[in-house]
Amino acid sequence: MEKQYIELYKAHHQLIKQNSAAVINRSRDAAFAKFESLGFPTIKHENYLYTDLKPVFSPDYGLNFRRLSFPVNPYQTFRCDVPEIYSYQFFVVNDGFYPPKEEHNGNLPKGVIICGLKEASEKHPELVAQYYGKLTAPQNDALVAFNETFAQDGFFMYVPENVHMDKPVQLVNIMRSDVDLLANSRNLIIIEKGAKAQLLVCDHAMDDVNFVANRVSEVFVGENAVYENYKLENTHDKTANLATVLIDQKESSDTLMNIITLNNGISRNNIEVAMNGEKCEAELCGMMIGGGQQQIDNHTTIMHNKPNCHSNELFKYVLDDVSKGAFTGRIFVEKDAQQTRAYQLNRNILLSKRAKVRTRPQLEIYADDVKCSHGATIGQIDEQALFYMRTRGISLPEARLLLMYAFAADVIENIRIPSLANRMKMLVEKRMRGELGMHEGCTLCMH
Amino acid sequence: MLEIKNLHVSIDGKEILKGLSLSVKPGEVHAIMGPNGSGKSTLASAIVGHPAFEVTSGSVTFEGRNLLEKDPEERANEGIFLSFQYPVEIPGVSMVNFMRTAINEQRKYRKLPPMSASDFLRFMREKKALVDMDNKLTNRSVNEGFSGGEKKKNEIFQMAMLEPKLAILDETDSGLDIDALRIVANGVNKLKSPEKSTILITHYQRLLEYIVPDYVHVLHDGKIVKSGTKDLALELEAKGYDWLK
Repeated sequence: MEKQYIELYKAHHQLIKQNSAAVINRSRDAAFAKFESLGFPTIKHENYLYTDLKPVFSPDYGLNFRRLSFPVNPYQTFRCDVPEIYSYQFFVVNDGFYPPKEEHNGNLPKGVIICGLKEASEKHPELVAQYYGKLTAPQNDALVAFNETFAQDGFFMYVPENVHMDKPVQLVNIMRSDVDLLANSRNLIIIEKGAKAQLLVCDHAMDDVNFVANRVSEVFVGENAVYENYKLENTHDKTANLATVLIDQKESSDTLMNIITLNNGISRNNIEVAMNGEKCEAELCGMMIGGGQQQIDNHTTIMHNKPNCHSNELFKYVLDDVSKGAFTGRIFVEKDAQQTRAYQLNRNILLSKRAKVRTRPQLEIYADDVKCSHGATIGQIDEQALFYMRTRGISLPEARLLLMYAFAADVIENIRIPSLANRMKMLVEKRMRGELGMHEGCTLCMH
Repeated sequence: MLEIKNLHVSIDGKEILKGLSLSVKPGEVHAIMGPNGSGKSTLASAIVGHPAFEVTSGSVTFEGRNLLEKDPEERANEGIFLSFQYPVEIPGVSMVNFMRTAINEQRKYRKLPPMSASDFLRFMREKKALVDMDNKLTNRSVNEGFSGGEKKKNEIFQMAMLEPKLAILDETDSGLDIDALRIVANGVNKLKSPEKSTILITHYQRLLEYIVPDYVHVLHDGKIVKSGTKDLALELEAKGYDWLK
C-alpha cells in the first residue's frame, strides 16, 4: 500500500520541494525516511485498532504537487448571509491557503500574522524555523511522517506576546476537486506568552469524489496564554478526514479543544496535549454524531509532564445505523507531576442494534499524589424517560430528540463563545432531526 | 367517559388484571383501593398504554373511542393524564422545554397553532401559582434532584398545564408529609370541574380526607371485589382488606 507513495516521492521530491519553501523542505527527507520505515499502520497496530487505513490509502488519488489553483471562490460559495462579520475568515482549499480578502488582514491586531504556511516560511523564515517540525519530530506516527513528506502549504497563525485577539479566527478547510484527491495540509499555530486566541475550524467537502485529507497541526501555547480550538466537521461519506493536532503548553496556559462531527466518512482525530509547564489547564471535548456507515475515531493523549496541571476530557457519541465509533483516552502522568488532576468521561448512545462503539481509557500514572478518574458508558435511550414524555403527549420521535439534545448539551456548554454555542446547538439539533445538509453549517459569520 | 369492560392485562406473561370493569362519568371522582400487588398500578399503566403491559382481552374506550389501539401520546392528547407514583428524572431536559414541547404537541394534535413564547410563559406562571410551584423547580431539569414531595407537586403542576379530561393519580399521597399532601390535594381540588374526572389510586384512606371520592372500589387479585361510596374507605381503614377476600 505504501509502495505507490514511496515511488511517488522518489519520482517527484524535486517538484514538491520547488513548490514549497526551504523551511518546510528542511525535514522532508527525514520524514520520508521515517515513513518508509514505518509504513502505514495496520489494524493490528495498538493505536489503529479501530481505523483501517488500507481502504483509505489503497486507491489512486490525485496530488497537487504543482500547486495548481482549483476553480473555486470560497468567498462566493460560502458567502455570509449576515452583513456583520464577527470573525476573521480564512480558507484552505485542499492543502493550499486561499488568498484572503484585504479587509480581513487589514484589521488584524498589531503584530498578528495569519497567512499560508508557505508564505510565512518565505517571509518569516526564522519564526517558522523556530517551531516547524518541533512537535512532529519525536512522533512515531506514519500519518504524521506522511504529512511531513508531502506537505507544501497550509495555515499559519502567529499571535505575539500579550495580544488578545478581538475576534475569533475562522479557518474553513474546503476539499474541492473533480477527481479523487489526497491532500496533506500543514498548520502551524503560535500563541505567545500572555496572548489569547480562538480558532474555529470548519471542515467541508464540496464535490462528489473521494477525498483524503491528512492534516497535521502543531500548536504552541506560551506561558499564561489562552487558546481555544473549535472544530466543526460536516463533510460527506466519501471523505476520510485524518487530523493530528499536537499541542505544547507552557506554564499556566489554558487550552480548550471542542470537536463536533456532524457528517463525515472516516474520521480520525489524533490529539496530543503535552503540559510542559506547571498549572496548565486543558479541556478536550467532543460530540460525535454518526449514521449510515460513518466511522469516527478519537485518539487522545494528555501528557501531564509537570505538577499542578488539570485536564478534563468529555467525549460523547450518538451512533445510528451501522456507524462505528471509537475513543481512546490516554492520560500519562509523569513521575514529578504531583497534584495532577485528570478527569475523563466517554459516554455513548447507540440508536441501532448494528451501531458499534469501542472505548478505551488508558491511564498511566507514575506520580503518587494525583486525582484521576475515568468513566465510559454505552447505552440506549432511556426507555422510562421516553414513556414518561409520551404520557405527556410528546410523540416518540420528538421525545427521542429531546433526550438526544439533552445528551449533547454539556459538550455544547463547553463552548466559550456564546453565539457559537447557540449556532452549534442549532446545527447539532438539526443534524439529530436528520435535516442537516452536507454543505450546511459553515457559519462564516457568527451571529 | 371511560368504559373498561372485562379487562385482562399481563406483564411478562403473568396475568395481573383478571377481568376488571369500571365506568367513569364526567365530573366523577373514583377511588381505587386495594392491597399491594392487587393490580392498582397495572390498571393505571394499561389505561395510559405502557408498552410492557399486554392487554389480552377486554376493552377500554374513552369518549366512545377505542383507547387500546392508540399510542401513549395519543391517549395523552385525547385528554388522559397519569400522575406517576415514581416520576422519572430526565437530566438535561429543562422543565420549560419539556412543558412547551408537551403543550405544543397537544395543540398540534388538536390542530391548533403553537402557543407563542410569551403566551406560554404567562400560562405557565398562572399554573405555577395554582399549585404553589417554586420557580427554582421550573428552572431545573425535569425532576432532577427533586425531593419526593417536589416530584409529586411537579406531577400536579404538569396536570394543571395539560388540563386533562381524565386524571389518574397513582399513589400521589405516598411519601408526602401532611403539608405536602394538603398542597397537592388542594391543587387537585382546584382543577376539578363538572366535565373533568379523576381516578385516585391509593393505599390509604388518608388522601380521601382531602379529595372526596364519589365512588370507592376495592381491587383484589385483578378484579374489583367491592364498590361503594366514601364510607367504604372508612370501613376499609377500620377493618383492613382481609375481610373482603
